[in-house]
Amino acid sequence: MNIRALPLYVTIAIFLLAYLVCWTQFPAMLSTRVIGNLLTDNAYLGIVAVGMTLVILSGGIDLSVGSVIAFSGVFIAVVLRDSTLHPLAVFAMLLALTTAFGAAMGFLIDRLAMPAFIVTLAGMFLARGAAYMLSIDSVPVVHPFFDWLEGLYWLMPGKGRLRLIGVVMLLAFAAGIVVAHKTRFGTSVLALGGGEATARLMGVRQGRTTVLVYAFSGLMAGLSGIVFTIYTGSGYSLATVGTELTAIAAVVIGGTLLTGGAGYMFGTFIGVMTMGLIQTYIVFDGSLSSWWTKIVVGVLLLAFILLQKGLVKLSQDRLAAGAGR
Amino acid sequence: MLLTIRSLTKTFPGTKALDAVDFDLAAGEVHALLGENGAGKSTLIKCLTGAYRRDGGAITLEGAGIDPQSTVEAQELGIGTVYQEVNLLPNLTVAQNLMFGREPRRWGLIRNRAMRAQARAMLRDYGLSLDVDRDLGSYSVAIQQIVAIARAVALSGKVLILDEPTASLDAAEVRMVFDVVRGLRARGLGIVFVSHFLDQVFDLSDRVTVLRNGRRVATERTRDLDRVALIEHMLGRELEAATQEPAARRGPRPPMLRFAGMGRRGAVQPFDMQVGQGEVLGLAGLLGSGRTETAELLFGLKPAQTGRARDQGGALDLSTPRAAIAAGFGLAPEDRKTDGIVADLTIRENIVLGLQARRGWARPIARAEQNRLAEDYIRRLDIRTTGREKRVGELSGGNQQKVVLARWLAMNPRFLILDEPTRGIDVGAHAEILRLIHDLTAQGMALLVISSEIDELIAVSDRVIVLRDRRHVAELAGEDIAPARIMQAIAATGPAPAAAAQGAA
Repeated sequence: MNIRALPLYVTIAIFLLAYLVCWTQFPAMLSTRVIGNLLTDNAYLGIVAVGMTLVILSGGIDLSVGSVIAFSGVFIAVVLRDSTLHPLAVFAMLLALTTAFGAAMGFLIDRLAMPAFIVTLAGMFLARGAAYMLSIDSVPVVHPFFDWLEGLYWLMPGKGRLRLIGVVMLLAFAAGIVVAHKTRFGTSVLALGGGEATARLMGVRQGRTTVLVYAFSGLMAGLSGIVFTIYTGSGYSLATVGTELTAIAAVVIGGTLLTGGAGYMFGTFIGVMTMGLIQTYIVFDGSLSSWWTKIVVGVLLLAFILLQKGLVKLSQDRLAAGAGR
Repeated sequence: MLLTIRSLTKTFPGTKALDAVDFDLAAGEVHALLGENGAGKSTLIKCLTGAYRRDGGAITLEGAGIDPQSTVEAQELGIGTVYQEVNLLPNLTVAQNLMFGREPRRWGLIRNRAMRAQARAMLRDYGLSLDVDRDLGSYSVAIQQIVAIARAVALSGKVLILDEPTASLDAAEVRMVFDVVRGLRARGLGIVFVSHFLDQVFDLSDRVTVLRNGRRVATERTRDLDRVALIEHMLGRELEAATQEPAARRGPRPPMLRFAGMGRRGAVQPFDMQVGQGEVLGLAGLLGSGRTETAELLFGLKPAQTGRARDQGGALDLSTPRAAIAAGFGLAPEDRKTDGIVADLTIRENIVLGLQARRGWARPIARAEQNRLAEDYIRRLDIRTTGREKRVGELSGGNQQKVVLARWLAMNPRFLILDEPTRGIDVGAHAEILRLIHDLTAQGMALLVISSEIDELIAVSDRVIVLRDRRHVAELAGEDIAPARIMQAIAATGPAPAAAAQGAA
């Protein structure tokens, strides 16, 4: 077995175990209704985590995505309020905007050789500020097409509703898996995360790859913003504060190495679902404070960081002992 | 000839790294490229692989002139390179590494099964059957090196440059890599082999070219080559006329330090060593023979895994530099720019740095005392400066080295290690440093001097220890300290006892 895949298996095992525990206490947790809600409630987080996974695999970080989601909501709401454009046209404009925003950050990171942390931190303030400029208040979205999108679902057996935004998240993950694991671009991203100098020697076009990685993250943040607006039915500049950190947590719990170069897109999906499951458990229990979510997520994060450290050391020790055949 | 280089020239500000160098390579030949630090080997290779642009000269490959602008272009022309490290990505699988950039695809998506099959087929030529789905990093360095060779050959296929590929391999692994290289030679590739290990050069290569100071000194068939002659080519004997009077060899000295069985895996084989009071010990050997490693071991930078150190009073702790300093040791490192001086601090601040660190930050040295120390050492070591408050980065190399020395002298160590004390220093300062070494020993301080310049060692040493392939192979004293004897010791073949200590001291 490839030692790199171990965190992924651990993540899956923890998720199944957690689900088992939930099920023994609340048998209703195994219904398609709960699963449907799990997908719906975490759709925007999952989509943004797809972009974050690719960024982290490349050895970077993107702190701007939470603000970009809020900006997207306000942008959609304000443009729909003040113009007669069709929502689909607004979506296209928004996605082009957030993709270009991500690409610009990637360009700066590469050209100025600046740490991604600083550049995307600036992007975070910029996007949040832009959202405030558009509107300080929460702006409701009123449009028949929007209501239609919101009401769109497929009734699963067992009366669970698979809503449109849940499907969008599943598609985003499918796209993410293909991009990260089935294309030359994905291999280049992993190569950059493994070591920039070596990657360049092997022929990776570093500038192009970096720009594309952050553009992809910007695209996913914009898509997440659309989904979030459909989910809440409004745009608000103070929404999704700190979502970038939740997304990073989901990526790490999903078994991706925070320093880059190793990880799986599918693991992030499980990471998002694990976090959603904890929340659902708290809702079912009814007596627990919702802050327990944060505590459990914190403990899980710590456990995974320790696991990864341990794995890295283990593989080094095995090498030192000459077990490499 | 497969590859021909004629009067290749490359100049950097201040130095001529390559001066009209000729080099050629036949198909089916292993051509070794030798030279000490700064000889121009890596510049030559970088000009070949497109990492540098040459200033003059011509490179022809299979009769056609080439001028590669990047490593990728050099690869496409047929020149592949395998470096000592940083070749491939340990976090990708073996198959991904081998096929990177050439993955078989359908509709833009990588066909994993075809990729694995192709990777396995590539490795079969090298007699390797690996699980190509495992991360490369989970295999040993030798296997990684062979995978890197396989990739380089697949991408280029005419000329293969091996830049110290065996530096971190053990003997069995070296044999494994060499078998692969011989296989490639039989297939008609031209192979340029850079190594510091003479045994390996004699073992593997058909011809040898020696560079020194950017010039080609010799090109000869390996089997006609005599080891001593080769080492003379590498180290040079131009200074012969200017050789200083040998140190007035003094008789046995009262013993001070005794090291027994000190060693560290991958750095230097266990050795015994004794140091007398006021004695100067020279360490001779080629680059990569374990000289610097010996210094780092004694100073606790890369602490010994075996062996003991003791003085008259009992056992010494040398596990960290801090412990070594407490034991009265000092080390002036080879690369003073990165490891020695703090360029942005003044001369005064640099000199009191070590002393202050030992006293602890809670007990600052009074400014008047600092000034006195600085003035004192500027005068005693003749540091050329406009004042004690000048930034050290603005001083010349020789004066920087004196500041590093002053820092150690202020702490009054009993055993000071000087790694290449005269590297990059002009002739005048050179003589002053040697004079200083004499003065220090007169006060009872013992010194360990590492130098690539044999004449320098002869000028200052009471005894000379010779290293080869990370082993202490000989110890010379008295009349034996002569250029010919030292070179013979460096050149001698076969494994030698860990240390031919003669109980001097």
